[in-house]
Amino acid sequence: MNENNIPDDAASSDSSDPEQIPLMQRILDNPFLLLVLGIAVPAVFYIIWGIIEITQIPIAD
Amino acid sequence: MSSLIDYRTCPTTGLKVDRAAEKLIKANAVAAIVFLAIGGLFGLLVALTRWPAVHFLPADMFYLALTAHGLDVLLVWIIFFEMALLYFASAILLNSRLAGPKWAWTGFGLMLVGALITNVAVLQGKSSVMFTSYVPMMAEPPFYVGIILFAVGALIGCCVFFGTLVLAKREKTYEGSIPLVTFGALTAAIIAVFTLASGAIILIPTLLWSLGLVSHIDPLVYKTIWWAMGHSSQQINVSAHVAVWYAIAAMVFGAKPLSEKISRMAFLMYILFLQLASAHHLLVEPGMSSEWKIFNTSYAMYLAVLGSMIHGMSVPGAIEVAQRSRGLTKGMFEWLRKAPWGNPAFAGMFMSLVFFGFLGGISGVVMGTEQINLIMHNTLYVPGHFHATVVAGTTLAFMAITYILVPLIFRRELMMKKLAMWQPYVFGIGVAGISVFMMGAGTLGVSRRHWDMTFADAILPFDYPSAAFLMMGLNGIFAVMAAVGGLMYVVIVVGSVFFGKKLTDDEKPSYPEVPPESAAVSHYGSSESLKIPGTAFLVGIFFTAFVLYYFVNWKYLSEIWPLS
Amino acid sequence: MAMTPPSERIWWRQPIARIELIWIIIAFTWGLIMFFMMIYWHGAGAQNLSNEAYQIKPQVFAKHAQDMIDEYQVREESGFPVVHPPPGSDVYLIARLWQWWPILEFEKDQSYRLHLSSMDWQHGFSLQPVNINVQVHPGYDMVVTVKPDRAGEFGVVCNEFCGIGHHMMVGKIYVVE
Repeated sequence: MNENNIPDDAASSDSSDPEQIPLMQRILDNPFLLLVLGIAVPAVFYIIWGIIEITQIPIAD
Repeated sequence: MSSLIDYRTCPTTGLKVDRAAEKLIKANAVAAIVFLAIGGLFGLLVALTRWPAVHFLPADMFYLALTAHGLDVLLVWIIFFEMALLYFASAILLNSRLAGPKWAWTGFGLMLVGALITNVAVLQGKSSVMFTSYVPMMAEPPFYVGIILFAVGALIGCCVFFGTLVLAKREKTYEGSIPLVTFGALTAAIIAVFTLASGAIILIPTLLWSLGLVSHIDPLVYKTIWWAMGHSSQQINVSAHVAVWYAIAAMVFGAKPLSEKISRMAFLMYILFLQLASAHHLLVEPGMSSEWKIFNTSYAMYLAVLGSMIHGMSVPGAIEVAQRSRGLTKGMFEWLRKAPWGNPAFAGMFMSLVFFGFLGGISGVVMGTEQINLIMHNTLYVPGHFHATVVAGTTLAFMAITYILVPLIFRRELMMKKLAMWQPYVFGIGVAGISVFMMGAGTLGVSRRHWDMTFADAILPFDYPSAAFLMMGLNGIFAVMAAVGGLMYVVIVVGSVFFGKKLTDDEKPSYPEVPPESAAVSHYGSSESLKIPGTAFLVGIFFTAFVLYYFVNWKYLSEIWPLS
Repeated sequence: MAMTPPSERIWWRQPIARIELIWIIIAFTWGLIMFFMMIYWHGAGAQNLSNEAYQIKPQVFAKHAQDMIDEYQVREESGFPVVHPPPGSDVYLIARLWQWWPILEFEKDQSYRLHLSSMDWQHGFSLQPVNINVQVHPGYDMVVTVKPDRAGEFGVVCNEFCGIGHHMMVGKIYVVE
């Protein structure tokens, strides 16, 4: 609940927090950031890169 | 708003249970088990046909059964069950109401209708194109329509899961971060979104092509995007069943993960890299560069494998810590010897862990090595591998957690407890046998998806070595054993759900035993003093087996004709 | 418990047990070894795919194959032409429902540029009992340079499902001294 990545939550976060939550923990607590990463990485490296390679296969003479 | 929601309080866990979520979990789980039974029956028919001495079905029925088997178990059974798990891990574990139960029912309806349409299309006999439906081999349009509807329905289910996460956070139904099991379910849901979107992207044009509206689908492009669905859907399973391992370890032992941080980072490796392994299916394809193949097939330098290896220590390690804290400290293995082997939830989970790691994990990495794939591609080694991951791994884990969910969610006492005690062993050992003997036959070159390994009707003769026939006979025997185990599961679960003794809202089930909260290990095992010698030993054996098997296969590769 | 939120608010700073850290380092290192093994084999190993491929129309590929058959056919067997092309040459093997066409005859320890393509659906080139398996697509010509290192009679099984006659699709390759 001390999630700072989602704006409407920032206001409700406890201002008397003794410690800031570390960045990596905040990333892991942000499902939508993870969703974007989990789609972008395979879409770029597997699908897009793969399709580019297929379109570059030369035409036989 | 939340005052309008109908809740009950679980007498075993103290969790608040949204009855709308509970109904959806039940519906999805029941649908899952029905399709497991159907798909399993087709699987038995396939195995009996591939058993050379039996050779049960004629060729056309064999390919029909194989298509139905793949679809019903690889897609329908597991994704229905995963929907149940997503709703459980969000609404129930977060003490929240489910976001948009009506949407969840719409998704369920689409999935059910889609699965039925595709099954009918396959049974009509003109869509025996295998689960993969590689173009330019064409199925009837309803075949694609059904899968697309199913995928859209499942996508809606994933949205409900994400919505519930948002809702629970906004309504502050839990403190701090989501539980690790929910995080594992989140991993599965993220991979599911990528999977289902890829499926829709490639199957919609393919549907138009089968309707004659599109003239050409490139077979390589189809295969690339199709496997972003076909392989990633099995990665949903991996994430989901690892979450189930953690859940069962928690429910049976009160075990805590060794380190929240490490376990979550391992799931993050899955989120980022697991889906790249779709390239395992394109290693001997024309035109893809070795750079693309090596990067993708290795999940970006094996970082997702690293994730699995971490879970492989973390789950048994957590159990060992919990058991040792209860005084089972003698020697290296008292904690494991005195584990509740008669509890089907534990037995199933532990076998799932071992078979997934030793059989499925190692074979997957070896087969997914760019060059080694040359000696395994499309042989029976491939189904041998994925029966270890998806059946001995995922299905066995899902069966195991059912024994806990029937009393907790269906509010029925489990029936036929003796039978339930034996079920994971019969099924697990049966499936392990299937995997081992199919891999053996594959190593000897036997083709997958093939009706007649004697080639009796071929103009030019060819004979596989006789050892391959022995392997396929043994495969048949173990398939019968697995089918018996599967039938036991269906009988126990369906019997309990419909005829088990009803539990009132505040009655605790008597079986399987779940430890009281006080028995839970109170500290993280994250201090320097953590003692898990038994787990360390098991992990050492695993690692040795992995390294040896890996290099043995390079040796096999080096003995074939030189290729360049 | 894994089913409840972490008990510490900031779990990221929890120390990692030494045994777990050691295992992570071992597993990560092993991953790197396996990764670089594939790259190493491209230099040091004898079994690699060149990934040489072309887009080709089936009828063009069929013509190349027919030209080769016309020029180098040495005999006939069960209705299949047996072709003995010169070492180092381009050799064409057609995959179609449900045949591998023609039968090829290679010389031991000589290299051939083997072209594979399908006339219709996808097929799987599975050379047995050597156990070399590659996928064959329609519309794509895949070139694999093969160097048979033992003499004998080899079967070419189709290991990609290609319809009702899939199990009859067997071809043959001879390797002579």
